[in-house]
Amino acid sequence: MENFNLVLPEIFISLSIMFLLVLGVFKNDSSKTIFNISLLVLLITAIITINETFSVNRVTLFNSSIVIDHMSSLMKIITLIGAFLVLVISSAYLKSFKIFKIEYPILILSSVLGMMVMISSNDLMVFYMGLELQSLALYVLATFNRDQLKSSEAGLKYFVLSALSSGLLLYGCSLIYGFSGSTNFNVISSQLNSNEYVLTFGIVFILVGLAFKISAVPFHMWAPDVYEGSPTSVTLFFTMVPKIAALTVFIRFLYVPFLNLIDQWQMIIIFLSIASMLFGAIAAIGQTNLKRLIAYSSIGHIGYTLAGLATGSNEGIQSSIIYISIYVIMNLALFSCLLMLKRNNQYYEDIDDLSGLSKNHPLLSLSLLVILFSLAGIPPLAGFFAKFYIFKAVIEQSMYFLAIVGLLSTVIAAFYYLRIIKIIYFDKEKEKYDEDHSLWLKFSLTFSTILILLYFIFPSQLIDVVSRINII
Amino acid sequence: MTEIGLGHYLTLGAVIFSIGIIGIFLNRKNIIVILMSIELILLAVNINLVAFSIFLGDLSGQVFTLFILTVAAAEAAIGLAIIVVYYRNSGTIRVEEIDKLKG
Repeated sequence: MENFNLVLPEIFISLSIMFLLVLGVFKNDSSKTIFNISLLVLLITAIITINETFSVNRVTLFNSSIVIDHMSSLMKIITLIGAFLVLVISSAYLKSFKIFKIEYPILILSSVLGMMVMISSNDLMVFYMGLELQSLALYVLATFNRDQLKSSEAGLKYFVLSALSSGLLLYGCSLIYGFSGSTNFNVISSQLNSNEYVLTFGIVFILVGLAFKISAVPFHMWAPDVYEGSPTSVTLFFTMVPKIAALTVFIRFLYVPFLNLIDQWQMIIIFLSIASMLFGAIAAIGQTNLKRLIAYSSIGHIGYTLAGLATGSNEGIQSSIIYISIYVIMNLALFSCLLMLKRNNQYYEDIDDLSGLSKNHPLLSLSLLVILFSLAGIPPLAGFFAKFYIFKAVIEQSMYFLAIVGLLSTVIAAFYYLRIIKIIYFDKEKEKYDEDHSLWLKFSLTFSTILILLYFIFPSQLIDVVSRINII
Repeated sequence: MTEIGLGHYLTLGAVIFSIGIIGIFLNRKNIIVILMSIELILLAVNINLVAFSIFLGDLSGQVFTLFILTVAAAEAAIGLAIIVVYYRNSGTIRVEEIDKLKG
C-alpha cells in the first residue's frame, strides 16, 4: 500500500483547483473570493508539505515514478512560498489593468501543481506531464493581458519556442527510453553500460529542452521578449518560480540516471554556464527597459547556478540550490520596487523613470541600492554569499577556468547594476510616484530587503537545511 | 525483400522530426504552419516510442504515446487560442510582422 500522505500536497492542490473552477463558473463576481481562497490554498499546501514530507529521507512511490526526498520537499516549499508572495503582491497591478479575473490565481495554482510534479518526478513520463502542465498554464499567463498587443505577442513567442523545446526534449526522452529500455531514472542508471553513444545523443536533446526552460544561452532568445511583453506580475512569476522547478529537474536528471556519463555532459554544462554568464553580463549593458534588463540579468544568474551544477559534487548541487533560493528573494525584492513605480494608475518600467528617485523616495531608493548591490555580489549582502558558495565548490573541483570566467562576468555585470544606482542617486529628479501601496507590497519589499541585508548574521539556517541534500 | 526493422522506423521518425524543425525555422509566412510543424515533431516522437515499445516488448512506450497525444491536443488548442488573440490585436499572423518586442 502506498503512503498517500506523501503526495497529499499535490492531491490537495489539484482538488482545490477543480473546486475553484466550479466556484468561478457558478458564482458571479467571485474573482476576489477566488483570489483569497487560492492564497489560502498555497499556504495550506506549504504547511502540509512541511508537515508530511520535510523529515522524510528518501521514499519512492507508484512504481518508483515519484520520489520524495530532502531536495524535493525543500524545493516544493520554496516554490509554494514564492508563488504565494507573487500572487499576493500582484493584486493591485492586476486591478489597475482590469485583468483581475478568476483565471489568474487558478492558472498560477495549476502551474504550481505542474512544478510540484516535476520536482518530485523520478520517471521520464511523470517529468514530461509535470513540465507540460506548468508550461500550458504559463502560455496563458503570458498572454493574460489579452487586449494588449505586447502581451499577446509575448505569449505567442513563448508558446512557439517553448513548444519547440518540449518537442526536442521529448525526442531525447524517446531515444533514452529506446536504448535503455525504461523510463524510470533508477532503471536507466543501471542500464548505462550498453549504447553509451546513443544515450549521449538523448541526453543532449533533453539538455537543450531544459536549457530552453531555464533560458540558458544559447537558448535564451525568448526570455527578453517574453519578460518585457508579459504583465509585470507575470514576469515576476516567470523569473522566480519555474526556474526553481526546472533547476531541480536539471539536477535530478543529470545526477540520478546519468552520473556515470559525467564526462559526456560536463563539458555541455560548462559551456552553457560560461556562455550564460558572459552573455547575460554583456547584453544587459545597452538595455533601457528595466524588465528587459532583469531578463538578461536572470540569464546571467542562471549561468552561475549552472556552474555549481557542472562540478559533479554534492557541494556543487548544494551551492546551486542556495544560489537559486537567494536569487528568488532578490528578484522578489526588485520586482516589489518595480511595482511601486506607479503614477496615476500607470506603471513605469524604463530605467530613465528611476532618475533622481532618491530625492522623492529615499526609503525605496535605499532598498533598491541594497538589492542592486546584492545582485552585483557585493559583500556583506546575500548575493555575495551565494556567489561565494558557487565559486568555492567550483574551485574545490579545480575548475579554475570556469571560476575565472565567472569572476570576470561578475565584474562586467557590476557595471550595469552600478549604473542604475548612479541614475537613482545622481540624475535629475522626476515627478513623485504614488505612495499608497498595498500592505503586502510593502511587507514583501521590507521582508526581502531585510533578508538580503541580514543574511550574513544567520547563514547557518539555510546551509543546515540545504546540507541535508545528498543526491549522489 | 528486406525485412522492415527498428532502423527503418527510427529513420522515418528522424526524417519527420527534421521536417518539423526545418519547418519552424524556414517558415517566414504563417504561424499556422509553425503549429503544424510542432505537431509533426510530436508525431515523430510518437513513431519512435511505439517502434521502441514493440521491439523492446515493453508497454510503457505506448502509454507514453497516449500521454503525448493528449498533451499535443491541449497544446494545439492553447496555441490556436493565442493566435486568435494575437490576430485580434494586430490584424495579421504573418511571421515577419511579429516584431513589436525588440532590443
